[in-house]
Amino acid sequence: MHELSLVSSIVETVTETLAGLPEPSRGARVLEVRLRVGALASVVPDSLTFCYDIATEGTPLEGSRLVVNVLPVVVHCERCAEDATLDGVQSFRCPRCGELCGEIRQGRELEIESFEIDEDKVEETA
Amino acid sequence: MTTRIVELRRGILKKNDELAAGLRQSYTAAGVLVLNLVSSPGAGKTAFLEWTLRELKARGSRVAALVGDLETDNDARRLAASGAPVRQINTHGICHLDAEMIGKHLDGWEGVALSGLDYLFIENVGNLVCPSSYDLGEKIRVALLSVTEGEDKPLKYPTMFNSADAAVITKMDIAGPCDFNLDLALRNINEIRPGIRIFETSAKTGAGMEEWLGYLAGQRAGRG
Repeated sequence: MHELSLVSSIVETVTETLAGLPEPSRGARVLEVRLRVGALASVVPDSLTFCYDIATEGTPLEGSRLVVNVLPVVVHCERCAEDATLDGVQSFRCPRCGELCGEIRQGRELEIESFEIDEDKVEETA
Repeated sequence: MTTRIVELRRGILKKNDELAAGLRQSYTAAGVLVLNLVSSPGAGKTAFLEWTLRELKARGSRVAALVGDLETDNDARRLAASGAPVRQINTHGICHLDAEMIGKHLDGWEGVALSGLDYLFIENVGNLVCPSSYDLGEKIRVALLSVTEGEDKPLKYPTMFNSADAAVITKMDIAGPCDFNLDLALRNINEIRPGIRIFETSAKTGAGMEEWLGYLAGQRAGRG
């Protein structure tokens, strides 16, 4: 279970990016963070969202929503000379022809796609 | 409310990936083959590595090992009996090794320089989930599976086996009493990681270990 350290890294990255944006985005409040997580990323979306509220407390991300977009595994089938999307991660066979496929085209992603901010809610600092 | 979407497209583990890329460069520059051994706790990583270190050393190779555990230096002491330099990394609760820990322990390692090594083995924390996400800059990730664990382990932990470059079945000497179905285990590994090189070994009897050493030598020479 390394979801808490992943979430801490998300908070750090978004906070840093936010601080580097021009006004009025800088210091804006974050409404939503969107992730792309591959089915082979060893990450449990529910655990991420569970940790999220704790990790965002006291940061510009506090109160925001974490959206985890899970990406299925896509392999390249040499026999069909085409990419194919797999139903799960229990077998790496081409769903069309049944050939075992070693080349993974999608499924290991673990990235922050984007985040949404509300520029009206800039926190005033004295 | 004035909302705006900020596109980021950034890896969550970017920091680790960058550090790992730096490590990989330094391994290549030093000419050392680095392997990352992953398995569940008790699969026999340490016994497998003890045998490997001892034999490689006896045959004139320069070897060293970093070993990760939550607590204790028991494994480091066991491995050090081979005569090879061994350094323990205690993660104190963290369930995996990361590139930063490796870098730190390589930096302050007295008497050991990467350029003076042929092989560096990293024994990861016993865990079949989290270590799969953390690149340590290794050339070869080895997933170990013992005959006591059941043939379906690769199906239960596909992300780890799918990210491995080689698989090692350990404790083959007790496959019989465990009713271990070797064909089924081989088939399951191959379903998850088609074409992966698989070794059937016993660190106790030495079975399959010559083939493993041959593989290591080939990988070091840049073959296979």
